[in-house]
Amino acid sequence: MRSVLPVLSVVAMILGLWYAACLPMNIKGVLTEAERAGATVTPEGGKARRDMSEFALLVANGFAIPATWAQERPRLPAPHQVAIELWDTTVMKKITSKRSLVYHGWVTLSATLLGFVIGTGLGILLAIGIVHSRVMDMSVMPWAIVSQTIPIIALAPMIIVVLYSIGVQGIVPKAVISAYLSFFPVVVGMVKGLRSPDAMQLDLLRTYNASNGQGFWKLRLPASMPYLFASLKIGVAASLVGAIVGELPTGAVSGLGARLLAGSYYGQTVQIWSALFAAAILAAVLVGVLGLIETRVLKRMGMT
Amino acid sequence: MSETTVVEAKNLDLTFPTNDGPVQALKDVNLSIEKGEFVSFIGPSGCGKTTFLRVMAALETPTGGTITVNGVSPEEARKSRAYGYVFQAAGLYPWRTIAGNIKLPLEIMGFSRSERDRRVKDVLQLVDLEGFGGKYPWQLSGGMQQRASIARALGFDADILLMDEPFGALDEIVRDHLNEQLLALWDRTGKTIGFVTHSIPEAVYLSTKIVVMSPRPGRITDVIDSPLPRKRPLEIRDTPEFIEIAHRVREGLRAGHGDD
Repeated sequence: MRSVLPVLSVVAMILGLWYAACLPMNIKGVLTEAERAGATVTPEGGKARRDMSEFALLVANGFAIPATWAQERPRLPAPHQVAIELWDTTVMKKITSKRSLVYHGWVTLSATLLGFVIGTGLGILLAIGIVHSRVMDMSVMPWAIVSQTIPIIALAPMIIVVLYSIGVQGIVPKAVISAYLSFFPVVVGMVKGLRSPDAMQLDLLRTYNASNGQGFWKLRLPASMPYLFASLKIGVAASLVGAIVGELPTGAVSGLGARLLAGSYYGQTVQIWSALFAAAILAAVLVGVLGLIETRVLKRMGMT
Repeated sequence: MSETTVVEAKNLDLTFPTNDGPVQALKDVNLSIEKGEFVSFIGPSGCGKTTFLRVMAALETPTGGTITVNGVSPEEARKSRAYGYVFQAAGLYPWRTIAGNIKLPLEIMGFSRSERDRRVKDVLQLVDLEGFGGKYPWQLSGGMQQRASIARALGFDADILLMDEPFGALDEIVRDHLNEQLLALWDRTGKTIGFVTHSIPEAVYLSTKIVVMSPRPGRITDVIDSPLPRKRPLEIRDTPEFIEIAHRVREGLRAGHGDD
C-alpha cells in the first residue's frame, strides 16, 4: 500500500499539467465561439487575435477559462471529457452498437490475439531453429532485425493490398501485421532463453548421452520460460499496435484504429483520445494478464 | 593391464588452442586406476586435474596418447553408462523436485516408470535424503543439494563416479560431514571414484590413491598409494600416518611449483 501515494501524486501531477495545457491549446477556439455567441471578448475579431500569444489572450479573457475544458471539439480535450466519453461509449452503450468502444475494442482485440498467437509461434520456431542450426543463426537473425527497421506504417498498406489481391481479407491481414511486430521480441528472448543453460548443465546432459531433443524438452525449454514471458509482454503490446495500424490504411469501419481515423476525419478529438485510452487500457490489461500467468508459472517452476 | 583395471591412460597429451597460442593442459600423463579405488587428483588451478577427469568422461578429446575406460574408449564407456559425473555446483533443475531431478538421467536413458521410482527410493536412502524426494531444490541446504546431485549420478548404476570438486563451494563443517558420508557410500557400493580437489586434508582423508599434479604443462608429479585403512573416522586426520601423507602431498605440490 506504500506505493499508492507516489502513484497518486504522479497521476495528480499529470492531470494538473493536462488541465493547464488545455488553457492555451483551446483558448482561441473558445473565444471564437464566445464571440459568435455574442459575448464580448478582448480584443474583438478573430483577425486581431490570430497572432496574439495564447497567454495574453488568457489574461485578457479570464472569464473564458472554464470553457476551455468544456468545448465540444477542443484541440485538446480535458481529462474529464475523455473519461465521460469513455464511460458513455463503454458502459452506457450496448456492445452491439457501432458507437460502443467495447465492440470496437473487441474487433481490434481479436486481431491482436490471433496475430499474437501466430507471432509467438513463429518466433519460438525461429528461435529453436537459430539455436540448433548455425546456418539459421547466421542467416535468419539479420533478416529478423532488418524486418523491424522498416516502419510498419509504410509496410502495412502493402501487406493488406497484397493479401487482398489473393483474396484474404477481414481479420487475417490485421493479424499478419500484428504477428509481424510481435514475433521479433519472442525470437530475441527465446534465443537468449534457450541458450541460457550454462556449460555445466549441457555437459551433464552429455554425460547422460542425451539427444538434442531430450536436451531441448528437459532443459532448454523449461530454462527459457522467464525469457519467454518477458518477450510475450513486449510482444502482446506490439501486437496491439500492429492491429491498430492495420486498421488505418484500409479505412476500416470498425476497430480502435477505425475510431481513431474517423475521429480525425471529423475533428472529434474527444473520440480520438478516448480510443487512444481504450487502446492503452487494453494493452495494460493484456500485459497485466500475462504478468499474472508469468508469476504463477515461474513460482510453480521455482524460478522466481 | 589387469582384469580389474578401470582406467588406463598412456602418454596422454591434450593441447587447447587459445588466442594466446596453444596451451598444454595435459602432458605425458600415465595413470592406471583399479576397480574400487578412491583416487583424488590434487594440484593448483591449471594443473589439468579437471581436464583429466573430463577426458575420462569424454567431455574433452585428448590430442595424443591413449586412454581406456573399462577397456573401451571414453566415448563408448559413456554410451554404456559407465560413469556418473558430479560437478562443483549441484545444478539441480529448480522446476523439478529432488525425486524428479534424480529421475532426469533415468528418463533420458529410458528406464521404465516403476524402475525409476524404485531407483529414486534406493539412492535417496544411499545419500541420507529419505523423505526429501517431494521437496524442491530451493527447500534444501547447499549440502543437501549436493547430496541430491550425487544421488542423481548414482541412480543409473554406473560403476565409476567422477566428482569435480563436489564440495568446493561448501563450508568446512558441512564438507567434513559429506566426506564422511561419501566414504561410507563408497564402502557400501564398491564404486570406483575419481575425485578432484584442491584441499590436501580432503584428498588424504578420502583417497586410496592421491595423484599430485602441477601446471604449465599439466602433468603428474607424484602418485601416492595411501596406507590408511578403508574405514576412516574423522579423527584419523590427527594420526602420524595421516600427517605424513599430507606432508608428502604438500612436498609434491611444492616441487611442482619449483619452476615458478
